Amino acid sequence: MGEVSITASCIIRQHRIYRNDELLWEASQDLNLQDFLRAAYDRFSGQYPKFHKMDHLCKLGWLAAEVLLKEPLDYPPAEVGLILANKSASLDTDLRYYDTVKEFPSPALFVYTLPNIVMGEISIRHGFKGENAFFTSDHFDTELVMSYVQQLFDENAIGAALCGWVEVMNEQYEVILHLVEKENKL
Amino acid sequence: MEKLMAALKAQIVEQLNLQEVKPEEIGDDQPLFKEGLGLDSIDALELIVLLQQNYNIRIANPEQGPEIFRSVRTMAEFITAHQTKQ
Repeated sequence: MGEVSITASCIIRQHRIYRNDELLWEASQDLNLQDFLRAAYDRFSGQYPKFHKMDHLCKLGWLAAEVLLKEPLDYPPAEVGLILANKSASLDTDLRYYDTVKEFPSPALFVYTLPNIVMGEISIRHGFKGENAFFTSDHFDTELVMSYVQQLFDENAIGAALCGWVEVMNEQYEVILHLVEKENKL
Repeated sequence: MEKLMAALKAQIVEQLNLQEVKPEEIGDDQPLFKEGLGLDSIDALELIVLLQQNYNIRIANPEQGPEIFRSVRTMAEFITAHQTKQ
């Protein structure tokens, strides 16, 4: 057993993106969420057209991972886990999809009507194949998430994990994504 | 046919949210899937919705899909044939 600790973080809130508490970029507060996400994609990534098909939840989580993992992780794909949580699950997209059902149900929206899809998008991008779980609760349950992560480390199921909070509902959003590793790895 | 193919390209870009592709960049005979435009299975479903929404065409036999959606030209030919029948 070894203690786990946060070795890097990315925060996206109020149209600002931070990495390890350093403000990397700030967009105009006048932008709506869709335009902010596009501008952030242009600033930090590009060259990944599938981004534009994602829902807001996936774009937020994917962007945070993009910023966090600027340098590729030194772990085999099966040893990187994802443990995320939020308050609204995929309700933001569920409602958009429901609107389309009245006329032509949208397959492109339907595939995002689960909150854990964001972990799939991050995994596809970075090739992760480790354990993953998505929790939904009113607030980030630090004790639950950290005990779950610790258990995965203790069982040697993972060598590193991305874990945190990816929330969006209408135009309100917040992402806090941490890279967690064993202390003796450092 | 040229007019229909131009309209289809614009509709494909819009329906499939291909923000980094301009309609005029899509070749008439360019494969829509895999090595061509790189569309996936969800996009295929969106193309079916596109036909239904814009041309009131329902694909009765799903096995026809790969043939109909091979390129913009094959889609246009299918629409034209269907409209002639009506």
